[in-house]
Formats: sequence, C-alpha cells, structure tokens
Amino acid sequence: MNITSPSVFKMLIKRKLFKKWQLLRCIKYCFVHTNKTKWQSVVGLEIHAQINSKSKLFSDASTDFAGYVNSNTSLFDAAIPGTLPVLNKQCVKAGVLTALALNCQINSISMFDRKHYFYSDLPAGYQITQQHLPLASSGHLEFQVFNPSIHKIPYSTKVRLKQLQLEQDSGRSLHAEDVSLVNLNRAGIPLMELVFEPDLKDGEEAAALVKELLIILKRLNTCSCKMEEGSLRVDANVSVNRVGEPIGTRTEIKNIGSIRGVASAVTYEIQRQIDTINAGGSVTNETRAWNAVHKTTVGMRDKEEKQDYRYMPEPNLPPLYVALNSLQRGCVNVEELKVTLPELPHQTRKHLMDKYGLTPVQAIILVNENDLLELFTSVKSKDTETDYCLVANIIINDFLSLVHKYEMELENVPFRGEHLGEIVELLQGRIINKNTAKLVIQEILNGSKEMPKSIIKEKNWTLMTNKELETLCNEVIEENSKIVKQYKAGKTKVFAALLGKIANKSNQRADMKKADSILKQLLKK
Amino acid sequence: MDKLLLSSINTASRLIQDGTITSLDLTNACLSQIRKTKKFNAFISVTDELAKTQAERSQQRCRENNQSELEGITVALKDNFCTRGVKTTCASKMLENFVPPYNATVYQRLLDKGAILVGKTNMDQFAMGSGTVDSIYGPAKNPWNFKEDDDFYIAGGSSGGSAVAVATGTCFGALGSDTGGSTRNPASYCGLVGLKPTYGLVSRYGLIPLVNSMDVPGILTRNIDDCVQILNVIAGHDHNDSTTCPKPHRKIVLPPAKQMSIKNLKVGIPKEYCCEGISNEILDTWNEVANLLEDSGADIKEVSLPHTEYSIVCYSILNQCEVQSNMARYDGIEFGYRANENSSVEKLFTQTRSEGFNEVVRNRILAGNYFLLTRNYEKYFSKAMKVRRTIVNDFYKVWEEVQILLTPTTLTTAPLYSEFIKKTNRDQCAYQDYCTQSANMAGIPAVTIPIKLSRVGMPISLQLMGRNLSEPMLLAVAKFIEHAVQFPKYSLGNS
Repeated sequence: MNITSPSVFKMLIKRKLFKKWQLLRCIKYCFVHTNKTKWQSVVGLEIHAQINSKSKLFSDASTDFAGYVNSNTSLFDAAIPGTLPVLNKQCVKAGVLTALALNCQINSISMFDRKHYFYSDLPAGYQITQQHLPLASSGHLEFQVFNPSIHKIPYSTKVRLKQLQLEQDSGRSLHAEDVSLVNLNRAGIPLMELVFEPDLKDGEEAAALVKELLIILKRLNTCSCKMEEGSLRVDANVSVNRVGEPIGTRTEIKNIGSIRGVASAVTYEIQRQIDTINAGGSVTNETRAWNAVHKTTVGMRDKEEKQDYRYMPEPNLPPLYVALNSLQRGCVNVEELKVTLPELPHQTRKHLMDKYGLTPVQAIILVNENDLLELFTSVKSKDTETDYCLVANIIINDFLSLVHKYEMELENVPFRGEHLGEIVELLQGRIINKNTAKLVIQEILNGSKEMPKSIIKEKNWTLMTNKELETLCNEVIEENSKIVKQYKAGKTKVFAALLGKIANKSNQRADMKKADSILKQLLKK
Repeated sequence: MDKLLLSSINTASRLIQDGTITSLDLTNACLSQIRKTKKFNAFISVTDELAKTQAERSQQRCRENNQSELEGITVALKDNFCTRGVKTTCASKMLENFVPPYNATVYQRLLDKGAILVGKTNMDQFAMGSGTVDSIYGPAKNPWNFKEDDDFYIAGGSSGGSAVAVATGTCFGALGSDTGGSTRNPASYCGLVGLKPTYGLVSRYGLIPLVNSMDVPGILTRNIDDCVQILNVIAGHDHNDSTTCPKPHRKIVLPPAKQMSIKNLKVGIPKEYCCEGISNEILDTWNEVANLLEDSGADIKEVSLPHTEYSIVCYSILNQCEVQSNMARYDGIEFGYRANENSSVEKLFTQTRSEGFNEVVRNRILAGNYFLLTRNYEKYFSKAMKVRRTIVNDFYKVWEEVQILLTPTTLTTAPLYSEFIKKTNRDQCAYQDYCTQSANMAGIPAVTIPIKLSRVGMPISLQLMGRNLSEPMLLAVAKFIEHAVQFPKYSLGNS
C-alpha cells in the first residue's frame, strides 16, 4: 500500500480501507518526505515455509527429503496416472495455528487449485495450491525493527498478510554435463505460502519481519525454520518511486535463504533501481536472484515470456472445511487450536518490560535469541530484589561478547541460570564488581566446573573490605606523590589516574565507587 | 460349457460351490472363448498366465472352504484401470508400455472377493470417444449382427471392449469408465446392462482420469443381478479417493422380479429427450416401456429438464479443461512414452507429446488450454460451471415430482463403422452422448437395460436415472423391466 496523492488518501479513508495504524503510516510518508526528489521504496514479501510434518501434504511418503534419492517418493508424488491426493490433516492444523498467530481470518471453506506449468521436476505438470480461496486471509503482524548498526532506537511497524495458503513443493533437478536427473523426495512436501502486502519500506524492515516470523513459527513448531536447509524461503518484491509519484515497476528477488540475505538483497535492489533510474534507465519487471557471495542481485534467464498458469479447481479434493466453532463441522477445530497457541514474541517482549523492567532494546535482543531468553528466564532469584535489568545487561553485554570472542555456539555453552543467578547475587551484594563478574563467566566458559561463589573464593576475587581499601589508597598516595601534588594544586583531572593505579594494584578487587570516595576523603587531608 | 459362459454369476457360482466345475475350468473356458472371439477385438491384453494363477488360488480357497462372493468369477477391466504388473495402455501410444506398480481400488476389491482377471479391454484413446474406434489397437466390433465382411456395427464407447467381452461370454462382468456415457453407450449397443453409479459411490483410485469431476467406474453385465453383485463388491468409501462418500456402502439385495411391484412408482418422461435425430424404433420402444410401466401401476408423467440442450457444449468445455490438466503429466520424464529427443527438456516435452497423443487428445488439450487462459477463464470455464449447476438444479427440481426418469440411452442403435467414421470425434460424441451425459454432470446414477432387437437385429436399450445414491431403487426397477421385456440372449453360435 502506498499513498500517492491526497485524493487517493481521502478516498481510502472514506472507504474505511484504512485502519488507524495505516493512517499513521501515510501521515508519516506525507509529512516527512516532502522533498520531491526524495526516493521511497516499497517492499513486499512472499514466504514459503515448509510445514513440520512427518508425511507429505497429499501422500503418505516421508518428508525426509535428505533420504536416498527418490526413496521418499510415493506413486502420487511421481504423478503416476490414476493416483489421487489425500489431504494431510496435520498440515491443515499447522496452517490454522500459524494463521491464528498472524491474526488471520480463517476461512471455514477453502479450496485447492491446480497451477499449471511444465518443468522436469514438476511431475504432474501442475502444482496443487490455494489460489482463489485460501485457508486464511486478511492477517496482520506488528513487529519491532532494530538493527543497532542502523537504528538508534527500535521502532514498531505493522504488515498486513494477504493470505496464507497450503501448497506442494516441487522436486529437484540436478543438471550434469550431458544428463539431467530428477529427485522427487522434495516433491509434495507441505508448504505454507504467506503472502504479505507491500507494506514494508526497506531491507531492514523486511529482515525484521522474517526474523519475527521465524520466532513465531518456531514457537508454534509449525516449521523447522532451518533457512540454511531451505525450509523457509523468501521472495521479495521491490520497487522504488519518487515521493508523490505512483509506485514504480517492481522486480522480484527469488529464494533468499537467510535473514541477513533478505536485508542485503532488498537494500541492494533498492539502490540498484534508484541508480538505474537516475542514470536515465528504467526498471523492468523481472525475476532476479540474490547472489550471496557477490552481494548482488542478477536477472534470471526468463524461462519463457509471461507465464499463464491456467488455474483450475483441483477436482480430486473436496472443499476443505474448517470448524470455526464447536457448532460447525470440519477437518480441524479452530477453537480447540486457539487454546493451544503458545506465548508469542510480542507478548514475551511486553512481559519482559512490564514484569522485569527491561528496556525495549533488551527485550528485543532476548526475544530474538531464544537461548538468551531461556538463560534469562532460568535465573531464579531467592529474594525479590533481583535487578533484572542487570541480569539482561550481563547476558547481552558480558556473556554474549565472550561467547562471540570464543566463537562458541550458544546452544553448547555450559553457562546456565544458576551461574548467572549467583553472579548477580554477588554483584548486588557488592561482593564482586562487574569486571570480576566477567572473569567468572570467562572461567566457566573455559570449562570450570565450579559455581561462581567457589570460583571467587578460590581465586580470592572478592572485593576488598573498607579497611583494606583504605590501606591500599594510602599506599597509592604515598607511591605517587607527584600526581598527588598536581591534584592538590587543582589539577583534578589526574584523579582518574590515581583511581587507575588503585584498580591495578587491587587486582581488580577494589569497589571503584568506594575507592573513589575514600580517595577523595584521604586527599582532602 | 458354452451355455455356462452366457449364464449368470449366480449360476456359475453355484456350480463352483458344489464342485461341478472348478475355478480353473471356468477360467480356461473363458480364455478359450477369448481366443475364439478375437475378431471382435475386445481385448488389448489377455492375462492368460495371471488368470490361471488366480484361478489356482481360487481353487485352493474352495478346497479350504474359504470362498468369497465372486469366487472364480471371471471379469475384464477396461484398459484404463491400473493393474499391478499388467500393462495399462489407455489404448494410446503414450502408455503403450506402461506397467502400473499398483492396483486400482476396484480391481483390488474384485480380487479380494475371489474374482479372476482375464484381460484388459479395448477403448478409445484415454477414453475420449463414443465408438471404440480411436484405439491404437484398432476398433472393437459389435458381435450383434456381425458378418464376415469389411463393415461392422460399432461396439460403442469408450468402453467398447468391455461391452464386447461381456456380450461374447468371455467373462461375467467387466468394468468400464463412464464420464459422459462411456459405459452405458456400449452396453446399450451390445445388449447389456450398464450401470453408471452415483459419483462418489465407487472409488476412482487407479482409474486413469478423463474428467475427474465426472468419471465413475461403470459396470457392464448381462443382467441386473450380476450388476448388483459386482457393485456390492466394489462400492464404498476408499481412503485413497477423497471424493468417495464417507458412509459405508449398504449391500443391495433385490427380491426376485416376480415378487416386485412398481405400483404408484412415479416415473418421469423428460420431454427434452425426445430430440432431433432420435430414431423411430427407439421412440417406439420408449413408449412401449412407458406403457408397460403404466400398465403395471406406475404413475407416468411428462417432466422437463430445460437445460439438457446446453449439456453438450458445457460438457465439452469442462471436459477439455480437465483433459489439458490431466494430460499435463505425460511429459516423458517419469513414465510412459518418451520421444528420442535430447537437445532440450522443452523439445523433449513437445516431441513426446506430439508423438504420444493422437489428434483427438491433442485437440482437446489445445482447446482446454485456451479456455483456461486467465483472460478466458470467466468466459468459458466459469460459465460452464454455472451451466453445470443449472443442469444439476433441473434434476433437483424434477425429483420433487418423480422418483425415477425413463429415457433412451442412445438416439439410435449401433451405427455401422463406415457411417460412424464419417463424422468427427466431436460430432460422434455430441450426438451419441446426448441422453447419457447429464447424469455425469449431476453425478446421479443411471442404468441402461436392453429391451428388444431392432428390425435389423441390433439391441435397443433404455435408460433409468434416479437421485443420488438411489441405486437400490433404480436397480430394482431395472430388474422389473428386465423381467418384463425378456430381451433375447446373444447366441454364441452367431460368432
């Protein structure tokens, strides 16, 4: 959806096609981008997610397509004449659950259609999909956009979901020098196609949407979300136009296989289109592929001119009935599925902020990485005084940076809630300082089997007592008479240098806040 | 034995039960009859060895006193039903060497009840036709009035081979498929009972489709009781066919004809079926049977199915659309004929399809593709679906007035081959399917029953149609008529 002129804008309001958030969105466009030469981009995603299911969408063959070539292929998958499709109820359940999580309207009756095209790994010559009356439609999803290297603060945006449909995957062709081979293990694997409206404005929004969707699908367990295995594939429609002008010609980038790939491909494509137009050229409506190595999109060889898929209702499948309430009859019951919905990411983020007082950024980061979220929620405090902001901080700043430094996999890290709980307890009791906390984490990551309390005891990392600290301060004053003299002469800047000496001399065991006040006191004398 | 070959399933069953003959005896007799009647070209494949193996197993079961309903009864299948290990050609070059790796549900159910397969029967290529003249194996020939010269009466189609096989006593029953009349038409020409069951009563799994939304396996037998017996075996829900009725099939049991009464039965005579081109002999027969029913106490009433005349053109569009779709899988990759063409996949597709399909199939594919283009969808396919709905509604309305409809099956008796091939395939079907095709549009059951012989000695048949799943009533009335008219038996001496 893009607003091009005030009249269209008014018309849309009149037609009540616009909800409040869309209104805000267009106001944003109308007022912020008043400069005529300014470009705006419109991005829409179509996402194919493989449904978690033991058997295929219309046959009883296993969905393990990594199996021996053509071993997980039923007669139906190979389009042997006379075979018929039988709908897998589990896939309908997965589709309905996902649609509910995306605030869709579930259609009590949906239909399957045949989409025709000739391809060697499409054995029937058509794909069974849901073109005209999909399982669900008119959904929406609100999500957070935040990439620390681009955005100062997170912002929330919303995308509409046009429809969610069930369909079959195709097989795979392997082309060797003088022979082409077909593997049908993937043929008939159940997919959900999620068609989003072009409500996004750039690559980061697109990537954030994919990220949010991955979290949702993982929580619903309706898709494995292993993008590297192709279980979730993204197509992006991209166009650019000058503010106030109609939407430009769009291109479609096919099969993007990673979240960062989505951001990079869309960003690249937007810039490419702007550059093309600025150089006097024009964008052609075409399909492009993302080259992850060279970080460019390249035009795909157009198989033929415009394809007409000659859709036709699939006559071998009766209409799919879904019961919207307990009075209706259907293959699955929406009300029953609704109560099984898990907590969704936006609810978790809200919970983290409301109950634990985390900042939006902290909440986003924790929810985006489930292992971190689990670590956070597994911290059991003995008293209610636990400073959860501190917990989140240690996880995000100290723990995570060490994990990256050691190039460890989050899921294999031997650092658990008990460890973190003790560390926070020690920190809040001022028994150790933040620096020591980091050292303790480091010890554990390096394989120490001890709990944090034992570690600091063994290593004598507890903070100095006031008396010890005073002695130390006196020692530093004595040893650095020159600096002390400068300080007393009014050059207060050198105070930090003295503090540094204390920190060093204490082996990081000094509570620097206390050291600060003690030193100041001593220097007044 | 010759007499036995034309007897009923019940008679043969009794003889097998009491040990007078064995399953193998009967099978051998049928196989020998197939050899004797080769000139009618009923069979594409004769499954000698398989039949003998099955007969031996059947004998074993008999010895163990473990007989089933169709123990030792020989059957034939139209060559578009998949049979594991037996080639299933659809009478086409495309599937000339296709050996299915599985059994059609109907075949499996027949086997499970002790039946023995003697062969796969001739048909029009991919069931597109109404004469069994468009087969790569040559036309099937009607055994009635057969003279040893160049010309012959056509068997009808597209299940002509199945009709000839049953008429000539090579088996007790055969399955055809019925999309627009393909079972009833040849049954009518060959003097047989031909049943098109309600859509969804009999599984299509393993039937190579013509028009999925209209195809049903049809049954061809020499009498109604045989038809009921076979229907009871093959009918009922099949997990593999999502369009079958989920309710379990209740076995149909018909009383002896003498005990039946059709008093107060409301019989409709649809006036639209008295159309241009209908022969006087058919018209007379129709009247005679209507009078016969009236004399037996039935209420005869003229009714109207006003959209009948649009059925042909509507059917033609829906047929071609589904055909283009169903035929899309024949690309030479996974199975079937592959052209000797390696320069590109696209060329392989093109060459394979132009060599593997005959002109009738190619024409329908081309037209179907045209109708389904995005720009034409509303104009043709969508509109045809709406017309189909009005035809269905015609029947719904008529059921408020009557319980059953009596109509001709075909407009004439079997034409001579030389006359028939003067017309195009399209005209052949449009003319011959006029009375049969609306039943497929509506999904309702219809049965054709032979009534008498024409002046030249060709069978004249009439059709009964009833509402969905009314087979018990429909077949009962058919049995009543069968008993009343006493259609003459085909004499094997004729062959």
